[in-house]
Amino acid sequence: MLSSRVNIAIPNTLLQAKPSPFRYETGFRRPFSPRRLQVRAGSASGVAFKEEEEQRRLSSDGVSVAGDSPEYDIPETLRRELMPKHVAVIMDGNVRWARQRGMPSGAGHEAGVRSLRQLVEVCCRWGIKVLTVFAFSYDNWIRPQVEIEFLMSLFERVIKSEIEIFKREGIRVSVIGDSSKLPESLQKLVHDAEESTKENSKFQLIVAVSYSGKYDVVQACKSIAQKAKEGVIGLEDIDESMIEQELETNCTEYPYPDLLIRTSGELRVSNFLLWQLAYTEFFFVQTLWPDFGIEDFTEALTSFQQRQRRYGGRKS
Amino acid sequence: METQIGCGANQLFKRVGTFLRKCLFRVLSVGEIPNHIAFILDGNRRYARKHNLAVEAGYRAGFVSLLSILKYCSEMGVKHVTIFAFSVDNFKRRPHEVQCVMDLMLEKMEVLLKEENVVKQYGVRICFIGSLKLLSEPIRIAAEKVTKATAKNTRTVIFICMAYSSGNEITHAVQHSCIDKLENHSQARKHAKTHDDVNECVEEHEKEGTTMVKLEDVEKHMCMRVAPDPDIIIRTSGENRLSNFLLWQTDSCVLYAPAALWPEIGLWHLVWAVINFQRYHSYLEKKRKQLILPQEQFFTPTISSDCCKQTLKR
Repeated sequence: MLSSRVNIAIPNTLLQAKPSPFRYETGFRRPFSPRRLQVRAGSASGVAFKEEEEQRRLSSDGVSVAGDSPEYDIPETLRRELMPKHVAVIMDGNVRWARQRGMPSGAGHEAGVRSLRQLVEVCCRWGIKVLTVFAFSYDNWIRPQVEIEFLMSLFERVIKSEIEIFKREGIRVSVIGDSSKLPESLQKLVHDAEESTKENSKFQLIVAVSYSGKYDVVQACKSIAQKAKEGVIGLEDIDESMIEQELETNCTEYPYPDLLIRTSGELRVSNFLLWQLAYTEFFFVQTLWPDFGIEDFTEALTSFQQRQRRYGGRKS
Repeated sequence: METQIGCGANQLFKRVGTFLRKCLFRVLSVGEIPNHIAFILDGNRRYARKHNLAVEAGYRAGFVSLLSILKYCSEMGVKHVTIFAFSVDNFKRRPHEVQCVMDLMLEKMEVLLKEENVVKQYGVRICFIGSLKLLSEPIRIAAEKVTKATAKNTRTVIFICMAYSSGNEITHAVQHSCIDKLENHSQARKHAKTHDDVNECVEEHEKEGTTMVKLEDVEKHMCMRVAPDPDIIIRTSGENRLSNFLLWQTDSCVLYAPAALWPEIGLWHLVWAVINFQRYHSYLEKKRKQLILPQEQFFTPTISSDCCKQTLKR
């Protein structure tokens, strides 16, 4: 939904994925697809085409009515039994997307919300149980105040507009991160949204706001120290399992993402879910977040389903 | 006679190659050279299978590649190199394979100890990071000897992660942070003379942060605090995951995963990784300075836990 980093001056977004001239990989593997060159080149016509499609699909209350659309059927190339249980996404590239179109940054974030909506629906349809999105990093508080205020108000608007749909569709919403830095009105909205959806079990959307992986471990450590101080646990009892139980991802049955997707071509994790990413498969894609669609997601899942996960052992 | 000419030609090619490589590194050094590169040496067994060799041969080929890469890093001016030699999770592998790796490590450490002068000439300091108590005694002893023998070298520092996992490292840091804070808490209570003073003392300590866990407290107990955070992580064989390696330290590190298997890694992979790093460096540096996070707090504590055995000095 939101770019988790500030803008950079490196123009990489219009570069098309192509084989390296040195025959070596230029980064984490991204399968080359000629179709992407036609639809996702960032050209004005490509953008107009995508926006028209979005307008056609969105109903007046802002909810996609593509729930029964065959376009959302699980592609034949993917196997349902190999779907990841938990997908994490770093939604990067909103501001760059807006700049490419000569629009203000806010338009990029709004476009990012639409991408997120679509992804939530697709995940529900395709049997993925948990989606965690990196909406706002703890490190993002250094951004200009105007942008922060816009983002906070965007969060509020989205929660208000989507909460009924979440309740109806059986989607549980959880928010992780240091909520003490959020405006009080947003804190209350978040709390109410979590409370009213906590019994839902069809799908879980975890939104990381004011979150950092290091902060998560430190707050777990504080909690453990408190329990040790009160005599609830002994210091010798502190192990990996105890830390896992104290991390903010203890709100889900599947705390470890199977797949992490980062858009906009950046090849790093940026302090997102550090502990939980121990054996997560990474997929980096050049597409900017507002342009990330079913095709990119299918590509990521196809790549995931082909990987051999050994967890340090040996595949027999 | 022909053999002599062949040898002479080889020597010439080697020297020309070295000269060209140094020119290339000079060009690269116009931009920022990474201070710390970490490697996940993946693909040795697949390499052996690919060439119909025994697993051991794959690891030996991997060792040859390792030496080349270390040489290139040193020539390029990379000050710190970390290699993920063996994970705690790797003990789940077949006993024969585990033994292969252990035997190879012991063999190479013994060679290092014999060739101490060569190592000194390159100015390489070697440190071992991980739960070394999980390793056999001969390997532990050899590791201690290698660390001691290379302690005075200063040009390049190589961290060899053995029996390492980030989960273990972070757990150890959390445990010791809790120990520290509990000790501070009980000191606070001891200093108080009356019952009323106890609460006041504890509150005062909490305000100062001596009894509350903070980020710095966790970081100071990390095994890898003796090195700056990596600038690049390179994992070979095309696998796109960290596998419980340096999770804490790689939050803003560039990740690079060439498809080549580890024994196939070459100079160009390294060069490409550095070029990619240089593209992002100025942005990442600017962001790092904006954040109020202790990025370069490495100092010289005495390491008192099972996680790391040696005391490292700057």
